[in-house]
Amino acid sequence: MSQHKRPITATLLYGTASIVLYILLLQNSDLFVEWAQKTKEQKSLFLIPVAVAFVFSYFHGAFTSHFWESMGLRAAKSGDKKK
Amino acid sequence: MENSLFIDLNLYNTLALFVVGFIGGMVSGFIGSGGAFVLTPAMMTLGVPGIVAVASNICHKFPKSLVGAMKRHKYGQVDVKLGIIMGIFAELGVIHGKHVMTDIKTEYGDVGTSLYVSVVFVIVLAVVGSFVLRDAVRMFRQEKTGGMEAPHEVTKLARWVQSIHIPGTMMYFDSLKARVSVLFIVPLGFATGMLAATIAVGGFVGVPAMIYVLGAPALMASATELVIAFVMGVGGTILYSLDGVVDIRLAMIILAGSLFGIQIGAIGTTYVRDSVVKFVMGLIMVIVLFSRFFYIPGYLSKLGLIAPMEKYTIDTLNLLGDGTLMVALTTGGVTIIVSLIKGMAAHRLAQKA
Repeated sequence: MSQHKRPITATLLYGTASIVLYILLLQNSDLFVEWAQKTKEQKSLFLIPVAVAFVFSYFHGAFTSHFWESMGLRAAKSGDKKK
Repeated sequence: MENSLFIDLNLYNTLALFVVGFIGGMVSGFIGSGGAFVLTPAMMTLGVPGIVAVASNICHKFPKSLVGAMKRHKYGQVDVKLGIIMGIFAELGVIHGKHVMTDIKTEYGDVGTSLYVSVVFVIVLAVVGSFVLRDAVRMFRQEKTGGMEAPHEVTKLARWVQSIHIPGTMMYFDSLKARVSVLFIVPLGFATGMLAATIAVGGFVGVPAMIYVLGAPALMASATELVIAFVMGVGGTILYSLDGVVDIRLAMIILAGSLFGIQIGAIGTTYVRDSVVKFVMGLIMVIVLFSRFFYIPGYLSKLGLIAPMEKYTIDTLNLLGDGTLMVALTTGGVTIIVSLIKGMAAHRLAQKA
């Protein structure tokens, strides 16, 4: 594992972005509940949860991937597995 | 909160959802599905109404599956074409499955649906779970005597399926290394969706179907299931979101934990053999099966089929059932971590040698 470069900068960048997104989500919690309540009258609001899920999966997904790589957890190289 | 559908979040329920999400994510990354059967009851225990729990669970499932599928695609384990085709028919299965549930509810009430879910649980998990587990044990024995990985064996059924040529419906699939008629994939996708709508874990049918009916290796089947879950999840989220019942806060909190988990599960697959994936899947299915035995007396009592039981007894049995589900998930999680640690250690040794 040690011969690999650990992606510390990427982990910090995506980690910060992820934390900011979660803070925004929880701080505006009431607004999201309000939008969900209004969806029956204003159908286009259904897109909000879908869009939020995609945005979070991009930033938090990249963060968690880099995080475990920084911790030294990497996949076996193709062809090296199943020893 | 003005609307009773959406609970107030506190540190306790946030942490609880994060942890369950993490373990569920790990199992999903490894066997293609899992976690949902614990997350829905866990949310309901925290006071989330059933419909919101199901909707929020689905909403966390599709981004989780997307991240997992992309990760495993990097390792060359995903058959995107098979996943998308099965996913589309699974979506139809979900819609039909929801109708069946609604009809049963109208006719027999909540207890009727619970009993129906339990019967499906018992039949599917007993038949498929014991079959998968037996196959994993057979492969382990073969590996022990042979000293090397048991080769992927295409079952007789899959060989027959691959041998049938129906003009105009044939398609080549990378995972099968063969052409198969889409007409065989339609019922498998549909059944996966039906099961997802009934017990929330379509993968318990989808993955074994891809292995034993179509002839895909377990590693590829479990990775492809993530594509199916993504397609089903997007459709399900849109449907529930139109009704305004998705609690995006709950979904994203579960996602926070499950994305940490899914990375570990996906990485774990690169260090293990097909037999380990089958073993973890079979083991979880069999333990989940036992959880049903704790719920059934309560349903039978409510339906008047056995002598009435006290509420306290029913609640205790339900708690034992929920606990057993958690044991299933944790056992899967621990097995994955142990396999990963062992695999990484063996990999390091092999690199040094």
